Amino acid sequence: MAFEYPDDLKYLDSHEYARLDGEIATIGITAFAVDQLGDIVFLELPEVGDAVEKGEKFGTVESVKAVEDLNSPVTGTVVECNTPLIDAPEQLADDPYGEGWLIKVRVDDPGELDDALSASEYQEQVEGG
Amino acid sequence: MTQSDAALLARTPLYDLCLELNARMTEFSGWEMPVQYRGISREHQAVRTAAGMFDISHMGKFRLTGKNVLEQIQRLVPSDLSRLQSGQAQYTVLLNPQAGIVDDLIFYYQGEDGEGNQRWVVIVNAATTQKDQVWMKSHLDLNQMEFQDCSRANTLIAVQGPEAARYLQSFVKEDLSTVKPFGHLEATVLQQPGFLARTGYTGEDGFEVMTAPETGRELWRSLLQAGVVPCGLGARDTLRLEAAMALYGQDIDDSTTPLEAGLGWLVHLDTKGDFIGRSILEKQKQDGVQRRLVGLQMQGRNIARHGYPVYADGKPVGEVTSGTQSPTLGIAIALAYVPTPLSKPDQALEVEIRGKLYPAVVVKRPFYRRAK
Repeated sequence: MAFEYPDDLKYLDSHEYARLDGEIATIGITAFAVDQLGDIVFLELPEVGDAVEKGEKFGTVESVKAVEDLNSPVTGTVVECNTPLIDAPEQLADDPYGEGWLIKVRVDDPGELDDALSASEYQEQVEGG
Repeated sequence: MTQSDAALLARTPLYDLCLELNARMTEFSGWEMPVQYRGISREHQAVRTAAGMFDISHMGKFRLTGKNVLEQIQRLVPSDLSRLQSGQAQYTVLLNPQAGIVDDLIFYYQGEDGEGNQRWVVIVNAATTQKDQVWMKSHLDLNQMEFQDCSRANTLIAVQGPEAARYLQSFVKEDLSTVKPFGHLEATVLQQPGFLARTGYTGEDGFEVMTAPETGRELWRSLLQAGVVPCGLGARDTLRLEAAMALYGQDIDDSTTPLEAGLGWLVHLDTKGDFIGRSILEKQKQDGVQRRLVGLQMQGRNIARHGYPVYADGKPVGEVTSGTQSPTLGIAIALAYVPTPLSKPDQALEVEIRGKLYPAVVVKRPFYRRAK
């Protein structure tokens, strides 16, 4: 099955993405992750002002069957949470790269994302060579 | 699942038909089984509102034949199987001497053949097929009966939902409206011999149909074409949990008794003689049980899952055995063992989820009951 992996994003092999705009990174999960999870029924996100750390858990996503950690691609401070999504987590699946974003983080070091996966690297990883 | 794992797993005769439908496969007790096709919620909904079908060919299937089968199997279960007329069935449990549950299963009585041999069909969980066979054989006199394991020789398809009878009727000669719940018969399925029962694991009306693999494959294709929605083990789990039906190995096991598990309705101490585990159940009935399997409803969005600790007044008192977001009710539901004094409806408890306590309330089982 073919999924979309926008070129302007950086990816983790644990299926989170980050879109960097200046010093603000918008973080979400990929279309591939959404498909693998199935019906999403629960989201747990940090609060504005919380610190997140690169490679560390910042929240939880649950489908009917699975519980998965959300890992941060960056280190920094949460400046915004997509709180409406917490009350309607099933809507994440409709637009994971747009309306389905999870948190925005003011990053300590924008260069931190340089070693994250590019769209093509991530695609190769999840879909196989 | 890696390819090397998959190579070790058993497959049912419907495996390739499931793959054709883009089933996502998972390992389930040594079998490679469909966990979902187009989505658990969608499949769940199909069973609640119309009809869905499940490949459950991985389940264990035994045939017991002999002059005194009843007398012998009565010793293995707490239910009075002598109540069964030909064409009736009983959901029950095999018990160990501590009254722990060896497995939960259904005994189907088919009456006597021309030579006075009683004929019984037994359907058991997939994961426990071997264990049950060893257990039963070690407690039955095999000189006096034939014990046939026909697990691999047959497919088993569950057709479940309010429209199940209507869909299935097109492919079965006998009139399904005459089959009562837990009734069963040897039926003609697509002009071939089969066995069908009005049983299931979803909390809806429905049937389970056992046939030779070729007939099973044809039935699967026919039902699919007629519009029955293929469903995987994911929906099977959410459906059975809404109906508060126990899952062996999770909600019940060798260390839980039927009285603790809320299965007291299948313990018939008054009407039958001795059986394995009887003295323990008598004592539990007299003294009361220490713990009970209860229904929990979470008070917020957090979902209690298998193994999460249950608290009362800040102290751990029990454990969640099954939990999910209920697709029908839109709330998080769970089954949990708690001490008997805390087991009454409306009892406030808490569940520990990722290090924090969240409120839950004991509710009556089942969570969902179909409209009659």
